Formats: sequence, C-alpha cells, structure tokens
Amino acid sequence: MERDRDLSELAIVGIRARGDALAARIQSAIRANEDVDVPLGAIDITLYRDDLTRIGYAPVVRESDIPFSVDGRIVVLVDDVLFTGRTIRAAMDALVDYGRPRAIRLAVLVDRGHRELPIRADFVGKNVPTAPGDDVRVHLSEVDGRDEVEVVVRELV
Amino acid sequence: MRFDRHAFEAKGHLVVPGFIDLHAHLREPGFEDSETIETGRRAALRGGFTTICAMPNTEPPIDSPGLVKELLGRGHGVNGARVHYVATITRGRKGRELADMVELAAAGAVAFSDDGSPVQDPRLFRSALEYARVTGRPVIEHPEDLALSAKGVMHEGTVSARLGLPGIPAAAEETAVARDIALARMTGARLHLTHLSTGGSIDLVRRAKADGLPVTCDVTPHHLAMTDEWVAGSRALAWEVEDEALLAGPYESSTKVNPPLRGRADVRALWAGLVDGTVDAIATDHAPHASVKKEVEFDQAAFGISGFETAVALVLGGVGVHWAALGTVIDALTVGPARVLGIEVPRDDWTVIDRDAEWIVRADEMASKGKNTPLIGRTLTGRVVATVVGGEVAYEGEARVTEAISRR
Amino acid sequence: MSSSKPGVGGAEPLRKEVAGRRPWNRRHVLDTDDWSREEIETVLDQTRAMREILQRPIRRAPPLRGRTVILFFAEASTRTRVSFELAAKALSADVTNITASGSSVEKGESLYDTVRTLQALGGDVVVMRHASSGAPYFVAERTDAAVINAGDGWHAHPTQGLLDAYTLRDAVGDLEGKRVAIVGDVLHSRVARSDINTLLPLGARVTLSGPPTLIPSAWRCGQLPPGVTYEPDLDRALDGADAVIALRLQRERQETGLLPSLREYARVWGLTAERVGRMRPGAPVMHPGPMNEGIEIDAAVAHGTRSLIETQVTNGVAVRMALLYLLAATVPLEERV
Repeated sequence: MERDRDLSELAIVGIRARGDALAARIQSAIRANEDVDVPLGAIDITLYRDDLTRIGYAPVVRESDIPFSVDGRIVVLVDDVLFTGRTIRAAMDALVDYGRPRAIRLAVLVDRGHRELPIRADFVGKNVPTAPGDDVRVHLSEVDGRDEVEVVVRELV
Repeated sequence: MRFDRHAFEAKGHLVVPGFIDLHAHLREPGFEDSETIETGRRAALRGGFTTICAMPNTEPPIDSPGLVKELLGRGHGVNGARVHYVATITRGRKGRELADMVELAAAGAVAFSDDGSPVQDPRLFRSALEYARVTGRPVIEHPEDLALSAKGVMHEGTVSARLGLPGIPAAAEETAVARDIALARMTGARLHLTHLSTGGSIDLVRRAKADGLPVTCDVTPHHLAMTDEWVAGSRALAWEVEDEALLAGPYESSTKVNPPLRGRADVRALWAGLVDGTVDAIATDHAPHASVKKEVEFDQAAFGISGFETAVALVLGGVGVHWAALGTVIDALTVGPARVLGIEVPRDDWTVIDRDAEWIVRADEMASKGKNTPLIGRTLTGRVVATVVGGEVAYEGEARVTEAISRR
Repeated sequence: MSSSKPGVGGAEPLRKEVAGRRPWNRRHVLDTDDWSREEIETVLDQTRAMREILQRPIRRAPPLRGRTVILFFAEASTRTRVSFELAAKALSADVTNITASGSSVEKGESLYDTVRTLQALGGDVVVMRHASSGAPYFVAERTDAAVINAGDGWHAHPTQGLLDAYTLRDAVGDLEGKRVAIVGDVLHSRVARSDINTLLPLGARVTLSGPPTLIPSAWRCGQLPPGVTYEPDLDRALDGADAVIALRLQRERQETGLLPSLREYARVWGLTAERVGRMRPGAPVMHPGPMNEGIEIDAAVAHGTRSLIETQVTNGVAVRMALLYLLAATVPLEERV
C-alpha cells in the first residue's frame, strides 16, 4: 500500500467484520507516513448477501458507518480474505447506495484464489494458494486478541 | 339386545343407573345444522345419559303446548335417550309476559326456563315463580345480570386482563343468584339454579338451604374441570399441573362458554358444594354449534361447549384425585336430577362405565353435530361402554374402546 | 463448522451456540409476552442497524427482494400502516394493501374468508391489525405466511412495545432498575400491555396510573404481574420516575359511563409541564400517537424538550424493518406456498 497518489480524494472503507479493523490500521499507517487523515468508514454487507436464503439462519446485521460523502472519491474497499468475490460484489452494491464514487479499488490482506465472479484486488497483502475446501481464517488483535493467518487444509479421506 | 348386567360387571365395568341431564340443547326446531333431536339423543347415549331435558331456546321457542306435544312425538324411531322438554317462562323468551305455564305443563313440559335470556325484570320473575307453583314444576333459572355481563366474553380476572378480552365478572352471576333466592324465599317457589360457576354462588345457595328454602342447583362437568387459563391455551384439568406438551394456542373459541370458565378457587368451591350437598346435580349444558358459528374471532364466536360425550371422563377425573367420592358424583347424575324434576329414576335404564379406559377425543367419532369442545385431541380416562334404556342396550361402544387402544 | 458453500463475508449467525440461550427462530410476531430478554435485545440491536439505513442517501437495502408483504388492516390506521409499508419497501419487498373501512364483518366477508384470500395471494408476510383480540392467532393458524400483529383489539401491539423499549433505552440507557410510568386507559390499551411485556424483561419496573375504571379489575385489586404496580395518584406515580408513556384516551369512555367527563380526566391525569417536572431530570415523555392534546397531554409537553414522540415514529420504521428481516429474509424461496 505504498503507492504515491493524490491523497485528498481518497477514502478507506472496511468490510465488517475484520476488514474494518484492517482499514483502521491502514488509515493510521497513512497518517504516520504522510501526515494525512484519510476518511475512514465501515460497511456491513449482510443485507446484500446473495446467500441469505441458503444458510439456514439470520446473520447479525451490524450498523454501517460512512460519515462522509462518497461522491467523487476514490474509495478503497478493505477486506481480510478475497475468495469467491461475492462479498466484494455485495460491498460494491452497498457502497453505491451511499453515492457515486469516482472509482472503487480493492485492498485485501489475503487472496486465496477461486473467484466465482469477475473481481480482482488492486492491492494484495499475500497470495495464498488453497484448495476450495480449505478454510482461511484471519485473526486480528483488535477482534481476536492476536495477529495471525490460519490456513486449515481439508484432508480428502 | 337385552341388557346382561353380570356380563358387563364380570369385565370389571361399573354399572350405575342411567344418567339424567337437567340441561341440554338439542337445537331443533330452528338450528338443525348445529344438532337435531336425533343426533342429540344419540350423543347423549354415548355420554351415558338415558334421560335428557331439552331447553326451549329453539326457533320457534317452546312456548306453546302444541309445540311441546309435537316435539314429544318426534325422534322415537332411533336408539336414543328419553327426552323431556322444558318450556319457556315468558312468551317468546322475550321477558315481558308469562307463557301459559299450566297448559304447557299439561302438555308435558317438565320445567320452565328462559335459559340464556334470564328474566331481567324482577317483578315479572316474581310473578313467574308464584305462578309456576300451581304447576308443581320447577323454574330453572340461568342466573345472569345481563347489564353486568354486557360485552364480556370470558371470566373477568387476571387472564382476561392479560389477553385483553372484556370480562364477565363473578358478580354478574352472584347478584342474580342473590336476587333469585330472595324472590324464591318470598314466594315459596321451587327454584332451580343452573350451571353455577362461582364460589360466591355456591355460598349463597348453601345459606339458602340452611334456611330451609327449596332451592336446588346444578354445575356442569366443564366448570368442574376447566379454568379460565384454558382461554389462554392451558389444557391442564383443574387437578393437573400444567404440561407444556399439551398447550394449545390462545383464543380458541371452543373455550368460550356462558357462564365462563372461572378460576381454580371457584372450581374447588364447586366440588366442595357437591361433597356437602349444596349442589344437587351435575348437568351438561350441552351446547353444540355448527363450526361456522365457532370458526370466527373469539369475541364473535357463539358461547357453548358440546358436553355430552366427555362428561363422564371429566367428572371421574375429580373422583380420581379424591375431590369427591364416586357415589356422590353418581348421585349427582341420577338421584339428584330426578329429585329436582320430581320424577322417579327409571328402573331399567343403566349406564356402564369403564373407569380405566384411555381414549382420545376425536371429532369424527362424536355423535353430536357439535364438535365444539376444547378436548378434541386430548386423551381422557373413563368412558361409557354401554347405555341401556328400558332394559335394552341402546348404545354399545366397547369395540371402539379396544380399537382406540390398539391404535396408539 | 464451515458451511457447504464458500463463505460470503465472515458474518456469524444470530443463533448463539451457547447452551440454554434461545436462537431467533420465531415464525410469527403475535405478542412479546413469552419473549426472552435475549430475543428482545436481538431485535433492538438489529433496529440500530436498520436506523442507519434510513439515514443513507438511498434508504434501501435488498434482502427482501422478491418477497411480498401483505398489509391487512381491518381497523383503520394510517400511521402504523404507512410505517410498515415504508419498512417493507426499505428492504425492497413488494407491498399489497388489504384494507377494510369498518370491520370485515360489516363488509360481509368473514375473517375466515379473508384468511383464505390471504393464503391464495401467497404473501411471505402478513401484517395485520384487527379489532378482535386474538385475530392474529386465528390467521397464523390458517396461513403459511409469517404473521406480524400490528394491533389486535385490547390485547397486543408488539412492534409498538419494541419501538418504545428501543426509544427509551436509547434515551436513558440500560433499563435495568429504571421505573417507567404508563398513564391512561390501560384497560383498553394494547400498547400498555405490550410495553409491559418488553420493558419488564429488560429489567425495568412499571407503575400504571389512571382512573380505577380504566384499569383491569384484577390489576386494580393487586393481582399484577411482578414488577408492575398501580398508583391512581398521578403525582405520586410520576415522582422520581425515569420516563412516562401517556396513552390516548378515547372519547367514548365518557359515553359508556366509565368516566364522568374528559375535563375531569384532563385535570386529574393529564400530563402537564408541572407534573412532568416531578420525574427525574431529563426523564423523557412518550406517546404512541395519535394524541389528544389538552386531554391526556398538554401541547407544551407533547412538543417540549423531553418529548420523544417524533423519535418513536422514526424508530418504528426501523423496528419493523428489523422484524421483517428476521422473519422473512432467510426463508428459502422454495418453501413458499
């Protein structure tokens, strides 16, 4: 995340429930390096999920919080793991209900492959090849008490 | 088939005189989709009742000697209970003028009642009590102050407060009972108070009897067994602990009845009245309704429980927990009502009961057209196995009993 | 542990795996009288999230796309009906109105027949208001749709109870140990009953006040639910209270002999600025609406600084969105009739 840009148009929006913690870290990092406060928001995509009728329970909907106008801004969506791309699709649908960004970029900590939709990340922390049945869990000290990326490999019996 | 008493007793069944019901609704003429004389008589037999008294709130009401004679001529072809007819107190049950009581009695009426439209004018009721004396027949009064019960649809208490339903306070019955007893005292009439439901009413009758007044009263099996909690969905009989598995939804119109199901203390008081002789009889107030009258919003539904076929099980339930002796209850179903009516208990009418039979109340097995009872689907203990009228077995249900058990 | 499909986001279920706690699995919202504290708090938490949606430039989210919400209002009401309509549309549902001016019995159609029509229409949710207590239970037994009670006779108005609890908690914080006064015609009030049913599980106590003829006789004689008291003297009821909810007084109560006059009611039980001042500092005033200003509440109080009446209305839409989401968003489409 060290590309030099005109930071005045930038905004960072984290996808709950770990992307928002990561987004906050990114905002602090930018403040530390560039001495600029980039607007920070958090978005909850539960109501935009395409699998609500398939999961058998009603997920907790959290408040989104975008205390600035997204019109004309370059909004960087932040999430922990990029997998099928469906979460990002939902996040974009949610985001455009707030206004019309000039552009939307995507930053993820881990890209594990196996896209089901035409989505790609602009900034990737680490590419981790996985099998579809594997599980990738990101733990963050703000949420889970430790910083760790766990890859659980499913054994084929 | 001739009745072989010993054969039934050998199976361990209880053989008692055929039950006499002081208060039942046969709905004919006028409301034949709810019941007919024929279906009512058959349902009565299934419940062990060999003699029943039909109330006059029919259309037209039974206020003419001609109608009494005509009805007495009906329904003899089939196996059924004996039917006596109760005539109205006032013409058309309108509460304004007396009916021709002497002629009605001569035509065969066994008692007088305006039932659900009790005479509100005390002066007229006094006249009725005085005039009825010459007939030798009792006046059966449904005691209710219609102004106090107004728009009520269930007992006024904590349950009605919770459910947001207008209540019928105990006072609506008790003020009427007090009035009626005072008028009976003044006139020396044979007053019978029917389906008393509150402890206060029982106390008033107890006092009247202690004073030597010829006042009698009856209670219904549903008031002996169910409470106002049933409107909220409870299905625990008054002597049972609540069972979550049995809970029904609230506002079932099958629990809507007048007088309403009351609280547990009232139920206990009714049993105490049976035991100490204050209560002379158990009468069903069998009130069948076609489903169209009941399958509506609670406040719009007709009042009434179809009671013939479940009476025995409910009443034996109280005996089972020692709330009364078996003899007390059987007397209340036989000797007691006979005394109220001033008739002999028919010698050759019998009811055979299997006290331990467990059975499920099913609408399609009921002989009554009225399926309006909150006991549908419930398992009861105690069942009428055969009913005998005039020495002949008029109803036999044993095959059904074993069928029900093997179905479980 | 993982679901069969690759996960969409990491959102965890409302269903708590902790032993003994009930998951959200209600099919209907008919009354809150048997709700656990957790269930109430679940709805209140979701309400907060829904409120945020109502503050966005585009006040809409898609979870009920393709769903139909039928509004069956057999009793006239504009506010509640519009509130449900806005809530349903905010979640992208389609809305159909079945209204009856006067009772459906008047129109010649029985409730039974209306239910058959509802079933044939095949809605996902039926929101209904009816003059007969218990009517929603009648309907719920006979249709496949989820039923939300928008008010039945004197019995319950569960969404009002929930939005009042939400509004109050938002204003005064944790309700544990707080004392709320509910004033007015409690006997005929489904709002009072529902408020009691949501406030008590959250730890609050309730003091009822009003004329003795307008309180259920059992409650007046002391057979009250635990946590509820009756105090006919309004000043004493309000002394030190943390909040007051004023109930609407119907004019007919005077005509049916339950009250001597509206004037006397206003003098003895009307909420004036002076009376309201007896509560704790900052204690709010609420009213389910519509108000009879000058009778149960003075105009100055209704529009004063303590009044949360307008906030109640906004919160109402959010609460209803939360319930529609919980009841309908996750039902598989294949299971619809």
